[in-house]
Amino acid sequence: VIVICLLTLLALTALIIVRARSLFAAAMLAGIYSFLGAGWMLLLDAPDVAFTEASVGAGISTVLFLATLALTTREEKPRARRPWLPLAAVLVTGAALIYATFDMPRYGDPDAPIHQHVAPHYIKHTEEEIGVPNMVTAILASYRGYDTWGETTVIFTACVGVMLLLGGHAIVERFRRRKDRGSKERM
Amino acid sequence: VISHVIPRVLSKILIPLIMLFALYVQFHGDFGPGGGFQAGVIFAAGFILYSLIFGLPKARMVFRPRVLQVMMALGVFLYGSVGLAAILKGGNFLDYSVLRHNAVHGQELGIMLVELGVGITVCSVMATLFFLFTERRRREDV
Repeated sequence: VIVICLLTLLALTALIIVRARSLFAAAMLAGIYSFLGAGWMLLLDAPDVAFTEASVGAGISTVLFLATLALTTREEKPRARRPWLPLAAVLVTGAALIYATFDMPRYGDPDAPIHQHVAPHYIKHTEEEIGVPNMVTAILASYRGYDTWGETTVIFTACVGVMLLLGGHAIVERFRRRKDRGSKERM
Repeated sequence: VISHVIPRVLSKILIPLIMLFALYVQFHGDFGPGGGFQAGVIFAAGFILYSLIFGLPKARMVFRPRVLQVMMALGVFLYGSVGLAAILKGGNFLDYSVLRHNAVHGQELGIMLVELGVGITVCSVMATLFFLFTERRRREDV
């Protein structure tokens, strides 16, 4: 029952976000959407993912959305074009995805291919190989250390990119000042 | 800057708790849900709350942007140097088992350090992003 309620609320929130003209309301609703998503992931026994979703999706990204809104406008510009082609594309893709789910194993099925590959090794040997009670941490930080290393560098690189885009002004100023000083000293 | 008494007092009580909780998530990630990423985000959230209540100039005095930039790189550096230390000890890149005499202890140490690196980077990246967005607005107002 809780799952159905949550999923209905998720769908409703998504619809309202699409309909909303006020970007402020859309940003707040996106935060609510993330929070509902986190609750749903918790119901699927994935507390680590739910934790991340709640802190990043509902927390930080809402703040960043609002900060961006302060830089631009609060209202969405009305669109003139007819949305039939995008709607058709979305419907076809959605139908294809739903059709694909018929071939998927039932949720939680122990014979599903995803549970046959490396998962049994992790579940059986994490205790003796890593000695860390939280298996998610063991997989993320040790078995999949390369991936997490990549993620960390991606975050770092993304921040450097934003710094260049948004903070470029300050860097150029500093550079110019240094150049001015240099030319004065030469004179 | 918010000058009402209630948010100021409440945030003074809440911010230490948020940051303490972030540290708990960071170092308890081996045993319960959480880890470096979530801890970094929570820590940055406490810091963002501080700058919302007490204003950006004060927040910039607490966390200097230069320091944040250095910390951002330091986290990645810590992660990478754990990997390189494993190579120097005769293992593969990021193979923590060789870090200490016992494979399990090595793994625990490696995971702890790596998560710390992730936490430092994420926290300073989030704080830097917040600064960048809010500062730009202030400059355009002038």
